[in-house]
Amino acid sequence: MKQLENCRIISQTQIEPGIFDLWLEAGAIADAAAAGQFVSVYTRDPSRLLPRPVSLAQIDRESGRIRLIYRVTGPDTGTEQLSKLHAGVPLRVLGPLGNGFPLQEVRNKKVLLFGGGIGIPPMLETARALAADHGTEVTAVLGYRTGSFLADEFREVCHVLISTEDGSVGTRGTVLDAVRSDGRQADAAFACGPRAMLRAVKEYCEAINMPCWISMEERMACGIGACLGCVCETKEVDGHSHVHNARICKDGPVFVSTEVVL
Amino acid sequence: MSNMSVTLAGVELKNPVVTASGTFGSGQEYGEFMDLNRLGGVVTKGVANVPWTGNPVPRVCETPSGMLNAIGLQNPGIDVFCERDIPFLRKYDTRIIVNVCGRSEQDYCEVVERLSDEPVDLLEINVSCPNVREGGIAFGQDPKALFRITQEIKKHAKQPVIMKLSPNVTDITEMARAAESAGADALSLINTLTGMKIDINRRTFALANRTGGLSGPAIRPVAVRMVYETVRAVSVPVIGMGGIMKAEDALEFIMAGATCVAVGTANFHDPNAAEKIVDGIGAFLESRNISDIRDIRGIVQE
Repeated sequence: MKQLENCRIISQTQIEPGIFDLWLEAGAIADAAAAGQFVSVYTRDPSRLLPRPVSLAQIDRESGRIRLIYRVTGPDTGTEQLSKLHAGVPLRVLGPLGNGFPLQEVRNKKVLLFGGGIGIPPMLETARALAADHGTEVTAVLGYRTGSFLADEFREVCHVLISTEDGSVGTRGTVLDAVRSDGRQADAAFACGPRAMLRAVKEYCEAINMPCWISMEERMACGIGACLGCVCETKEVDGHSHVHNARICKDGPVFVSTEVVL
Repeated sequence: MSNMSVTLAGVELKNPVVTASGTFGSGQEYGEFMDLNRLGGVVTKGVANVPWTGNPVPRVCETPSGMLNAIGLQNPGIDVFCERDIPFLRKYDTRIIVNVCGRSEQDYCEVVERLSDEPVDLLEINVSCPNVREGGIAFGQDPKALFRITQEIKKHAKQPVIMKLSPNVTDITEMARAAESAGADALSLINTLTGMKIDINRRTFALANRTGGLSGPAIRPVAVRMVYETVRAVSVPVIGMGGIMKAEDALEFIMAGATCVAVGTANFHDPNAAEKIVDGIGAFLESRNISDIRDIRGIVQE
């Protein structure tokens, strides 16, 4: 059940220039959350009204903690303010939101988890959840501009392929270049990342008839499906909206690739 | 307990707090966070005669103490609305105020007529949406056009009609008088102010629609002023709105003369905002020994 929870910051560190790793004490959200869902974080600045949607990088139900890894979007932004907060500071968080990845659909199969840029963090919780089920063979395919943040943590739970735009780590090029050079076969794919990557992964999977689920991103206001701010185009008429639009925050963020138009 | 109930165009509301159209859907989503029975009424998202797809994304962006939106009145159409949304709201002890949008006079009248046999309490007519090319604001910026459409809608409407006014005009009282003289039973104001944000990194508009409607506390002083002017120009009741975040803000509108207040953008900042505002108004009245909310309505004179 989603709710507005008064959380507390446990720790915050910068893991890459501009990318922050935030642990929150959030018992109720941790209890209800699943891989691929997100939360909306309210800033502590009353002039910034809208919450920031951030994916769940890790969910620790036992200790009631959630981990958010996010990018600061620029100077004097809400995310920059958030990045300056220390342990002990309270934060209002709405969640868990959205549907999450359909883990049961890939159980005991070979699955590729595509993550690009700031779309990588939600794949970590997804990899951990799938790896806990020993029959599932998980490969994370991580695409970066440069560097390889979080890759070591993925290696603890699954096989990892890396691509970088500058060739500094792994295959130079895209996540699909990394998969092709590895020659890896799979039964299904989950993906989260920039629009261009999602489009390429969708085309790649659909060309070989591999089931694929993609996690979409859009500017949001309410985060719970009321305002219709964050929609994506759907192939068929959506059951809720009755037009070719689905709400990313409520009906998504994860969609079957063939259901959405990118 | 102070009396919080108010009468709007002959309809009694248990308290003056309603939701602002477009920010609350038909209540399903917010019902998971708050008790909808606590509200004076729910004003639904605008509904047209047929489904509307709305505008391309990005549809929303944040601005200082506010936000811009250009949703473009996406809605599932009146048939789905009557089958799904009205029965949902009927389960609650709150007034149902249906916001109606259209591209032509005929569109509006079709929806209004379709609603005549439905268990809804009031109609709010959106002639002030800045984000659609046809209809919407075109009817709300010219007093003659507003008069005409109000008069037509009144011919078809069974429920009392609230005309929702745009602030994007030179003189709000001229519009208010036009709507009143055409038979409007109440007025609601203000809709959003047309605005624009440029994304300097992408070197383009922040919203795909280029312009959007500005809402939130940034516009509140404009809204309070327009409500104050309007209640002095007409005798029909007014629903005041524009950047109400807390009870104190709502009380400004009531003291300016509003009968009801609508909570909009605040819902995005806190999904319990509307309920907290109901509580806060009650606490204010109690603490000042005001036995009836009507005792402070329009108390600010001169």
